[in-house]
Amino acid sequence: MSLPYTKKVLDHFMHPHNVGKIENPDASATEGSPACGDMVKLYLKVNEKTQIIEDIKFESYGCASNIATGSIITDLARGKTLEEAKTLNWKSAADALGGLPAVKVHCAVLAVDALRTAIENYEHQHGLLKEKTPTTRTVVLRRLSKVINPLAGLDVVKTKLVKKVEVENHKVTVYVELPSDHQFANNVRNEIEERIEPLWDVNQVKVIFTKQ
Amino acid sequence: MESSMIYLDNAASTRVDPRVVEAMLPYFHDYYAVASSEFSHSPGLKAREALDHARNTIARRLKARDEEIVFTSGGTESNNLALKGAAQSFQGKRNHLICSSIEHNSVTHSCKWLESLGFHTTYLSVDQEGFVDLNQLEDSIDENTFLVSIQHGNQEVGTLQNLEAIGKICRSKEVLFHTDASQSFTFLELDLSRLPADLVTLSAHKIHGPRGVGALYVRQGTPIKKQLHGGYSEFDLRPGTENVAGAVGFGKAVELSTSEHVKRIRMMQSRLADGLTHDIDDVVLNGSQDLNKRLPGNINVSFNRIEGESVVLHLDMRQIAVITGSACFSRSLEPSYVMMAMGFSHERAHGSIRFTISRFNTPEEMNRVVETCREIARSLRSISPLHKQGV
Ligand SMILES: Cc1ncc(COP(=O)(O)O)c(C=O)c1O
Repeated sequence: MSLPYTKKVLDHFMHPHNVGKIENPDASATEGSPACGDMVKLYLKVNEKTQIIEDIKFESYGCASNIATGSIITDLARGKTLEEAKTLNWKSAADALGGLPAVKVHCAVLAVDALRTAIENYEHQHGLLKEKTPTTRTVVLRRLSKVINPLAGLDVVKTKLVKKVEVENHKVTVYVELPSDHQFANNVRNEIEERIEPLWDVNQVKVIFTKQ
Repeated sequence: MESSMIYLDNAASTRVDPRVVEAMLPYFHDYYAVASSEFSHSPGLKAREALDHARNTIARRLKARDEEIVFTSGGTESNNLALKGAAQSFQGKRNHLICSSIEHNSVTHSCKWLESLGFHTTYLSVDQEGFVDLNQLEDSIDENTFLVSIQHGNQEVGTLQNLEAIGKICRSKEVLFHTDASQSFTFLELDLSRLPADLVTLSAHKIHGPRGVGALYVRQGTPIKKQLHGGYSEFDLRPGTENVAGAVGFGKAVELSTSEHVKRIRMMQSRLADGLTHDIDDVVLNGSQDLNKRLPGNINVSFNRIEGESVVLHLDMRQIAVITGSACFSRSLEPSYVMMAMGFSHERAHGSIRFTISRFNTPEEMNRVVETCREIARSLRSISPLHKQGV
């Protein structure tokens, strides 16, 4: 038996394209977390007039599938309009890589999710939403369900790390059951802010740690 | 395997020593008769002689009696026989057993099976270095406890338990003591004339012997019931036509394993540990920090901010074979239960890499491994979204 990866996957893994950070990106998104063993951060520069993705970069903490998908999906999205890029999915990435092992879907899908979320964040912040649905507790909880509880490796909503969410006057307050000096407190705060701040009608996000 | 490969997965299995293969061959080609009793034909006697000789080699190494060594198909079977065999002989009298939470699956899954039959198990927690708490052990033993099973050296992080102290507690509380010495046998002293252990698991393929052979040491008088039924071989504890060639190979492997090798392996271990933790930024040693309280060939580290499977694959591309405790590598897609039991974060488990050294490795290889790991860490960290704590 040889390695379960195609030559293409290994090429992208060994020499990933479009890696790094974009300073002052027009939008960005993070998916996954170190606790899950896979995490992708993706940055976009978008031409406001043409809505073409002019620059795209990613950073990865993850396995070969994760890195290779980040590399290929950023290749595929570069030069496309946001609308075109939105049609990219896991299958586009897997096909372009000549196939991915089925058990690795969960690692590979993160880069695709990150692209989706980054585009969505861009739309929120640049008035491009077709329907401007107001942010409610449900909307916030749905976004928070992508934030991972570093203690459990599962999301902060399901593991009840998030105790309460309040939405009022364009201000979102999230109560987190951790001591404020906990080693992961800052990470959790940053991730929550990063998830909620892009919402079009949110002006302020507050994370309150409730445990002594 | 390609000869340029640096193989550092010796805790999983080892290269069979060519002299072991050499010693086994006659028992396939010439003396292939069934090892038989003394009133049989001469080919059978020849096979019996070889089997007894192998048994004696192992017994002497343990300072045990020949009839206390029961050949099995390996560490897995020995662990199953020890736990289930002891449980069955206590059935209806005592129903509680104790093991640590970082035992090999052949121990913990045997416990789970026994639980389905009405027994119950206490899984002792371990500290950050993987050591069992002796006070917790003592407190966990009650009048229903019949057996304590605690391994000698851990397969993943290499931590060595204090067998003397554990054995003493078990003796004073009058419960059986089983230890899984699959990883430590011949590398560390096991003197059963002094150590109060009743059952000891051994495996041949961890010491350059063949796979599919092991043994269970059963101290004379230990209540234990056989788990396979058929014949009366191996002192009526393990039926089946004896694997003479396998036993011969195991015996030869024991004979070939010397304290000189252990010295060399220890030297490489310390070189590797120093290199990985000093020459590379942000690397932590998992398991006992005192190398003398680790299996001689084991080094397990976490590369912070890097996921383990990527490291394994990069190393493989550069002809170095290791494994990781990351979920992405495991068949269960769960991070290593050993690392989790030691109280580590998921992140630390996902970044853990195990290097296990054998006498076939060289000090030069250790240098190359450190250098290669340094390059890989640099390259993977340069694309990582995670940043060093406090920076
Ligand atoms: C600690 C320990 N116990 C038991 C076993 C099982 O031994 P075997 O592979 O001979 O069945 C192993 C190795 O796989 C091990 O590392």
